[in-house]
Amino acid sequence: MTSQENAAAKRTLGERIGALPKPWKITAMVLIAAFFYVLPLLEPPFISTPGADFGAVMFTVATYALVALGLNIVVGYAGLLDLGYVGFYAVGAYSVAVLTTYHAHWPFLLAVPVAVLAAMISGIILGAPTLRVRGDYLAIVTLGFGEIIRLVANNTAWLGEAGGINEIGKPPNADLFDVPHLNWDSGSPLLDVQDKTTVIKFGILDQIPYYWLALTVVIIILFADTLIKDSRVGRAWEATREDEDAAELMGVPTFKFKLLAFAMGAFVGGLSGALYATKTSFINPESFILILSILFVAAVVVGGQGNRWGVIVGAALVGYLPERFRGFEEWRILVFGLALMVLATYRPQGLLPPRRTLRARQVEQEMDALEGESTA
Amino acid sequence: MDVQFLIDNIFTLTITGLVLGSVYALVALGYTMVYGVLQLINFAHSEVFMYGTFAATFTVMALGGTRDTSTGGAILMLLLALVAAMLVSGAIALVLERVAYRPLLRRNAPKLVVLISSIGASFVLAEIMGLRDKITKFVGLDDSLSAYVTRARNNVQFPDVVDPVRLFKIGDYNVNSIDLLILGSAILMMVGVDQFVRRSRLGRGIRAVAQDPESAALMGVNSTRVIQVTFLIGGLMAGAAAFFFVLKYTVTRYDVGFILGVKAFTAAVLGGIGNLRGALLGGLILGVAENYGSALFGTEWKDVVAFLLLVLILLFRPTGLLGEALGKSRA
Repeated sequence: MTSQENAAAKRTLGERIGALPKPWKITAMVLIAAFFYVLPLLEPPFISTPGADFGAVMFTVATYALVALGLNIVVGYAGLLDLGYVGFYAVGAYSVAVLTTYHAHWPFLLAVPVAVLAAMISGIILGAPTLRVRGDYLAIVTLGFGEIIRLVANNTAWLGEAGGINEIGKPPNADLFDVPHLNWDSGSPLLDVQDKTTVIKFGILDQIPYYWLALTVVIIILFADTLIKDSRVGRAWEATREDEDAAELMGVPTFKFKLLAFAMGAFVGGLSGALYATKTSFINPESFILILSILFVAAVVVGGQGNRWGVIVGAALVGYLPERFRGFEEWRILVFGLALMVLATYRPQGLLPPRRTLRARQVEQEMDALEGESTA
Repeated sequence: MDVQFLIDNIFTLTITGLVLGSVYALVALGYTMVYGVLQLINFAHSEVFMYGTFAATFTVMALGGTRDTSTGGAILMLLLALVAAMLVSGAIALVLERVAYRPLLRRNAPKLVVLISSIGASFVLAEIMGLRDKITKFVGLDDSLSAYVTRARNNVQFPDVVDPVRLFKIGDYNVNSIDLLILGSAILMMVGVDQFVRRSRLGRGIRAVAQDPESAALMGVNSTRVIQVTFLIGGLMAGAAAFFFVLKYTVTRYDVGFILGVKAFTAAVLGGIGNLRGALLGGLILGVAENYGSALFGTEWKDVVAFLLLVLILLFRPTGLLGEALGKSRA
């Protein structure tokens, strides 16, 4: 078998979708998106979470996906290890919290752009001095940054100190109609008229509208991510990640692009923090502990850094599995740690590595084959 | 800003800072050596330290140490506790190297993946300690070990077998025997490790691998052995640090390692990572600076001061105070 046939046989799902005619592709995408919109209403058995509200879990998964997409820009595209990503998440959440409560009482939609901007500025403030130092140090400096943000929130009176901030503003409602959930108790799907979700009412008990909002944001960011990755900026990031000196020699202002990656990552992180704040309507420093940053990095690496679909899968696993298996609550961090070790050992490129890695490995194999021939 | 408080208590703050700093320094040694040889952050080193604290505590508990233990018996117990802590930490470090590092290094895995593996190992180690009540119940040993495993998530008290003896006064601070013991032995141990790396045959191997692993391998250095020894030394020192930690602060917990580990790594970076003397200097400076900072701004800002110090140092001297690289440091 020649290498071309080999490559054709090994086409990934993404490539197959990419090879479809455009109308089909769009239809498939829309169907997949629609499925995810109705998923919390379906509450399918096995997938639904018995111990926790399924809508809330789906919201968590969606925000994790958003965070993973943002962190993927920093870690996957630009190759910068950020262990304090929760800092940006916290800046976004606290900005929304402060602006919609206290003296400001801004509407949520007005607070979000400011929150996102604040997160971006904090990203630039952190990045400008530290991106010049070596990559390994960046990890520890960002780790410190995440802790500093949390400690500042914990020690500052107008940020609520350890008590946190209550009654964070909600997005505007539009009571249109009610949709019933499905009930699988009898073994077959039945419409449950008792259990309804109002489209679109951002209440307290029903978390599904927040999930829809987060999912919409995820889809928008996915589009933006696709555009950026294939643009000059995306190529500059890739070049910087692979070889910073070579990129610099080729005329890529690497520092600027690293800073840009940091700012964009912070943008997305702040956005998901803002969503989180409005959903829980209550935040305190405990919501932004360091372990979250590590979970975020784990989501990106487990999924396959550099591949936007991979990191979404990773985020879904990290966000969903612990909730699904709440019965084993005490053991879940242990299992999670074991899973990380096993994955790192046996599948270091992540569950869904980016296509470029596969291609690179193919070239490597061809090189090896050639070398083998010459020595034989 | 409470400058008056700082000035009034300058001696107390400095000495307690130095004592805590020497614990940081001993833990930092493990980070700095592994980093020097492998260019990797050994994220799970904090758990190596944590196991040491438990080993020391459980040893004294098992020997039946209480307030009423005679001085001679107490000293013997503490010596055994020190040995136990060092052995357990050293063993954990070796297991860590074998399970979480070697399989990945053999495959030339990217650094980030090795970091993830060590983060995983760190979770596993901490959780095993945090779940020791459940685990012993599973094995059926919970009755015989109940004194050690109940309330696994709570603080564990180190039996206070010795009272610190006041020795002399510096300023208005009474230096006690424990402070002096910790500071003195930490510095002695650091000097010992430094001399080992500089003079012994294995130390030469460590420096060679740190400088250039491939050339070192070509020259006949067994790099696997070198990496093992590096982890072992780091583990032994973390065990000693763990013993001093419980002796001074008399309490430990399954998650005690995390924040201390971050601080120790900060200390290593502060002094110049890969540099043994830098680890000592960085640890001592960090301990003192934290104390001064919390005197000035309040205890709740202690950790913020530590991290800000790190950022400032990296801005103005990115290689740390004494410069980095295990191999290059006065080889």
